Amino acid sequence: MTRVLDISGLTKGFTLHHLNNRIAAFDDISFTVDAGEFVLLKGANGAGKSTLLRTLYRSYVPQAGSITFQSVHGAIDLARAADVDIAHLRRTEIGFVTQFLLARPRVSAEAIVAEPLRLAGVPQDEALDQARQALAKFGVKQDLWRAYPTTFSGGEQQKVNLARALIVPQKLLMLDEPTASLDANARAALVNRLTELKAQGTAMIGVFHHPGDVEKLIDRVIDLTPDFTPDEEERADVAL
Amino acid sequence: MTLSALTKPWEAMSYGFLDGSAKRELRRKMLKSVAVPGCQMPYASREVPMARGWGTGGLQVSLTLVNPQTRVKVIDQGADDSVNAASIRRFIARVAGTPTTMDTLDADLIQSRHRIPEEILREDQILVLQVPNPEPLRPVQPNMSIARQMHADADYGRMWLQLYEQIVRSGRVMQGASYPSLVHGRHVMTPSPIPRWDVPKLNMSKHLTILSAGREKRIFAVPPYTRVEPLVFSDVPYKVEEHAHLTCYRSGTKGFFMNEIPQDDSTSAYEVSDSEWGVKAIRQRESEPVTIGETWYKNGEMPE
Amino acid sequence: MTLTLDAPRIVRTRALLQVSNVSKSYGPVQALRNVSAHAYPGEVLGIVGESGSGKSTLLRMMNLEETPDQGSYTLDLPDVQGNLFDLDRFARRMLCATRIGIVYQNPHLGLLMKHSSSGNVAERLLVAGERSFATLRAKATEALEASEFPLDRLDAPPIELSGGMQQRVQLAKAIALEPALLLLDEPTTGLDVSVQALVLDTLKRLQQDRKITMVIVSHDLGVIRTLADRVMVMRRGEVVETGLADQIFQDPQHAYTQQLVHAKL
Repeated sequence: MTRVLDISGLTKGFTLHHLNNRIAAFDDISFTVDAGEFVLLKGANGAGKSTLLRTLYRSYVPQAGSITFQSVHGAIDLARAADVDIAHLRRTEIGFVTQFLLARPRVSAEAIVAEPLRLAGVPQDEALDQARQALAKFGVKQDLWRAYPTTFSGGEQQKVNLARALIVPQKLLMLDEPTASLDANARAALVNRLTELKAQGTAMIGVFHHPGDVEKLIDRVIDLTPDFTPDEEERADVAL
Repeated sequence: MTLSALTKPWEAMSYGFLDGSAKRELRRKMLKSVAVPGCQMPYASREVPMARGWGTGGLQVSLTLVNPQTRVKVIDQGADDSVNAASIRRFIARVAGTPTTMDTLDADLIQSRHRIPEEILREDQILVLQVPNPEPLRPVQPNMSIARQMHADADYGRMWLQLYEQIVRSGRVMQGASYPSLVHGRHVMTPSPIPRWDVPKLNMSKHLTILSAGREKRIFAVPPYTRVEPLVFSDVPYKVEEHAHLTCYRSGTKGFFMNEIPQDDSTSAYEVSDSEWGVKAIRQRESEPVTIGETWYKNGEMPE
Repeated sequence: MTLTLDAPRIVRTRALLQVSNVSKSYGPVQALRNVSAHAYPGEVLGIVGESGSGKSTLLRMMNLEETPDQGSYTLDLPDVQGNLFDLDRFARRMLCATRIGIVYQNPHLGLLMKHSSSGNVAERLLVAGERSFATLRAKATEALEASEFPLDRLDAPPIELSGGMQQRVQLAKAIALEPALLLLDEPTTGLDVSVQALVLDTLKRLQQDRKITMVIVSHDLGVIRTLADRVMVMRRGEVVETGLADQIFQDPQHAYTQQLVHAKL
């Protein structure tokens, strides 16, 4: 298998200047991800699962360690890559899927889904065509395609968001609880799309509240729970 | 050698009213303005026995240029016989001893307010135009310091914008007199409030035109054979006043710039604006000996 | 505690805009202290900071309205060379008119309030030498349409228009000559929230359709978050932090940035 990601000694904490203290998120994490591999992150609430995803995406800046990503341009350390390179990779090779849609006023559902394709240089008509297919797969009703998602219900917005986030096949995909509060049909569509992408060689790192949703996709589980015993109440929430 | 041999006897005033240093300054500024066509040169406008705004700028230039042989013609709105023209003509003759004339062809120097005669001026003639407001940028840039920078940078976008606005608001360019014109492809000038009819006469003309504003203390010039192009959009042609078809009710002459004279029955009669041209036409009709010069406009059209 | 970032390796194009080590004092007040900034082609750089942080001074310098005491400014464009602060007045004016567009917070700074709206846009084209009335009209209309200005008000003077419409006229004027760089100084401050959203949306569309490089200055974090790819945080004439927009908002490093982000409603 081709290596996509090689994480080594990654450390992240937050310095809160107004409280004058530092909160550790995770320390010295190392693992690798191959093309087409699906890695599930598990751990207690607060173990740093989402934080790790965001650090890999560089929404959070790591404090030590390296994240070597095999881009089409060669290996690059995401922990130290220039902002402009990160922005470029986000447009072309690295995706991030959350459950929240950043809707903008006066932009239709199909336009918002087509946007990543447009940014990747796909012609307008073709992009819209693919966008409509994606919306159909996620079960967004046809009469909503040209409407503005700002007014949609939470569930519908989430479907639009997934269609958008998964429309361009990426080399690396971060999934931050995309199934939360999704209806069964949409969940099935999501699993289908992820399976499709996985077959095409997309490496995925995911955080799922109910990993059962994507059970068949999981190749490997990484537990981020630190070496201390969380109290019982918290443990009840621990996934898997 | 005695001191009295070296000095002139006392006189009540210098020749031509202005003192020597005033004339020297004006000569220098005239040379400068000829050297940079259309560029306004400041000068220390002197007192003359006439109110500012009544042609003091033109008068100072005329007084500087005349000698006892210079034949002077003065017109006001085309007429030699209006009060202002007559007064200035008499004043120049009195202080400089010059001969005067009303015939454009006979004149060496023509001081004019708001018109250029209809007969073509020659290389040996000088036209002096009185200018009330020399700054074409004033309507778009009240700050004169900035306006001068704009001239220096040939930054005339705002002038064009003014024309754009007129077309947008009124469907046509509304600028009547003082039509802004580009001189020698470099400086935009206001050609004093001559009608649009007269602006093409300045283009590549044989004579020298000096424009002088006494109140504003600015002098500028259009040297002979210099391009003067009214600012126009490439697709909106320059239009002169529609006087080509009008006939002078007194002289019967046709195809020249006319004065409109409202009649009691609410119609209008028209009289040729260049009064001496009208007089000549009448004389010719009455078979008097008269020399008629070639005119700029032929059959109401300015030849290309 | 943070890692220093490498120079760009994937994006090999040079930055379109590069301001280097700019300092400026007004008497005893140091408005800018050794400030550097850059923006890549098609990128939106947001500059945030409180009043007096020097962000507007920096933007005015990018529009060549002011010269720093020291520092340099380059634009990577064909036939634009050297430190732009060294250009003479004439060259500056031509460069600003043809390559840089600006939208001011106060429309009075950018517009002739009593001229027609289309005339305001046409002026740019006139400065660049366009002399056909029909072309001027067509191009002005096109730019106003792209700024989503109602075309039935084409010739209304800005003084009769609402604040949001005035900003659209400014925007149309700024983009009429398809500039390489669009500068926005608090473009939506002072507008109603609903109007603000519409103007922001127009800006976003323009940016995506035309791939214009933008620098937007605002104290409104919402505006910056909506538009900017990368954010520069300024305080007392200095840059305290720069980073990707989502990183600045989600994981601010500097104490001042944290304070700023947490102060957001």
